Amino acid sequence: MEILNLLLDGFLVAFQPLNLGVVVLGCTVGLFIGAMPGLGSVNGVAILLPMTFLVPPTAAIIFLAALYYGAMYGGAISSIMLGIPGASTAVSTTFDGRPLALKGQADRALIAAASASFVGGTISVILFTIFAPPLAEIALSFGSPEIFALMVLAFATFIGLGGDDLPKTLFSIFLGLALSAVGLDIMSGQPRLIFFGLPGFYHGINFLVLAIGIYGIGEMLWVIDTSMGKATISQATVTPGRILTAVKGLSDNVKTMVMGSFLGYFVGILPAAGATPGSLMAYGVAKTMAKDPASYGKGNIDGVVAPEAANNAASTGSMLPMLTLGIPGSPTTAILLGGMVIWGLEPGPMLFVENKDFVWGLIASLYAANLFALLINLAFIPVFIWVLKMPFTILAPIIFVLCVIGGYAPTQDMQDVWLMLIFGVVGYLMRKLDYPLAPAVLAIVLGPLAEPALRQSLLISSGSFAIFFERPAAGGIMAAALFLLALPLLKVVKDRAGRRTGRGQ
Amino acid sequence: MRVAELVMAAVMAIFSLYLMWKSAELPIGWIPDEGPGGGAFPFWLGVGMLLCCVAVFVRCLIGASPQGRSKAVFMDRQTLRLFLIVAGSLTAMIALIHVIGVYGAVPAFLVFYLRLFGRHRWVTTGALALSVPVVTFLFFEIALNITLPKGLSEPLFYPLYDILL
Repeated sequence: MEILNLLLDGFLVAFQPLNLGVVVLGCTVGLFIGAMPGLGSVNGVAILLPMTFLVPPTAAIIFLAALYYGAMYGGAISSIMLGIPGASTAVSTTFDGRPLALKGQADRALIAAASASFVGGTISVILFTIFAPPLAEIALSFGSPEIFALMVLAFATFIGLGGDDLPKTLFSIFLGLALSAVGLDIMSGQPRLIFFGLPGFYHGINFLVLAIGIYGIGEMLWVIDTSMGKATISQATVTPGRILTAVKGLSDNVKTMVMGSFLGYFVGILPAAGATPGSLMAYGVAKTMAKDPASYGKGNIDGVVAPEAANNAASTGSMLPMLTLGIPGSPTTAILLGGMVIWGLEPGPMLFVENKDFVWGLIASLYAANLFALLINLAFIPVFIWVLKMPFTILAPIIFVLCVIGGYAPTQDMQDVWLMLIFGVVGYLMRKLDYPLAPAVLAIVLGPLAEPALRQSLLISSGSFAIFFERPAAGGIMAAALFLLALPLLKVVKDRAGRRTGRGQ
Repeated sequence: MRVAELVMAAVMAIFSLYLMWKSAELPIGWIPDEGPGGGAFPFWLGVGMLLCCVAVFVRCLIGASPQGRSKAVFMDRQTLRLFLIVAGSLTAMIALIHVIGVYGAVPAFLVFYLRLFGRHRWVTTGALALSVPVVTFLFFEIALNITLPKGLSEPLFYPLYDILL
């Protein structure tokens, strides 16, 4: 099969010393970042992206993908040991992971989490290998209307599955899209939205400025705000003997692991929905399908295994639309997408045609990253526990310095650093009022793709919006988007109906 | 919380109006043979933003949103103090970069944060305040060839450039 040939070529790329080294480094860094409360894969990728200009693009994206993976493994550590989710992707792991730790079974939980992550990662990379080329084929026939329809689907997923306040989510999306319009208008070449005439806006607002502002500075401000108390850390003794016993005990949980993997992968594929909704959904499904749902939340290993398999599977899944369609599958891949554009790699179906080495090298590295992340995770658990004791007053200033320098590096304009600070502070204040910020970051990355697609589509149709519904592929995608947009409305109707019948009784 | 929500919605509404006004500098309507004008995309986004702000404002007033119903304080004294210190020191650091450059501002910030705010020992503070600028210099200026702003301290670096670059 041709796919196997391409994959083998990919392994040759993946095992080049630089790329292999970068996989190990990425996994390790990702594990630590994921384990740290307050930092997740999206923060790590945003803050470290400027650092990757040092290496060629293939190595850079392999590093960030390995980091993404490592963070999925690492998030469980803080969830289980501290009861504080290491990242939003590890929230569901706290539900059963923390009770297990409090019962003295922290090592069982940690090993279950690591094994589930490995299973989730492996299954999803295999699915990725199978699905990627056919999807790229389909995507080659996509024109501007289809691309714009996909963007609408991405935002509709956020709105439909988000569960957040609708006006605030919409505001966030519109704001991100508007910020992406700052600079020179692509189609007419004229300067646009140069606020206060400041020259620094002529090169537009780099997505990293918003991303590092929100996920770096804003995140630190948020953690300082919310974690004023001290957390108690559990003890865990990890020896090879205990690891083997724990792994043998996991044979009961294999079914849940596989379920979590598949569910996570397909949720990850959906534009914009990534590991966070994936892991939450997997936990919910596992609980609903369980023989004794009441045991969930009190220390059921299935409750740890399902979300952990799902979040690793979702991270791979979210890279599928990013590479084949140029649509990010999650907030983290939105930032990866922005990075690829900076490196001159155009995500989308042409990537599979013109940059085969890059794509299959990346896919092969994901297999390697999965394996290394598991080994490093199990080997270094005592180290992680020691690092988790690092006071936040040391971590926070270092992150701030990294943000400032990382904000300066891409454009070498101090105005961007000030913008980043403003985004961080305002973003933090908005977050306190429950404004979701991930849609804004997604929007600023997608804006430069969505706007030309919209304008070209309208040009083709001479101003008629019907073009998005008349073409079969675009129409199908728009229908899915409209369905997702209608979900919150359906929920409101259902709630009102439930209340009415309740009162009737 | 109510007041904060209303104020934020009002401020964002004003920003949306400014955005709409600024977008109108380019043609908003349809240009024959060229499609929508350059200002159309941001203008209509601004309209959408304004409507969302109005919706948030109204929902807060009638108590339909959690913030509208909440009687909690937006930021209590302790949170406000922490926020002002952290955000303030960060602002000061960025401002200092313009004057004495990154390698002056960053150690100053670290010393302030670690010692005065975090009350760590001088050993820890000193170690970080010295190592972070050095690592940054080696990584960004030597390895990545990205010059970081140095402000008034620029002349001190000429000998280093001669040796290392």
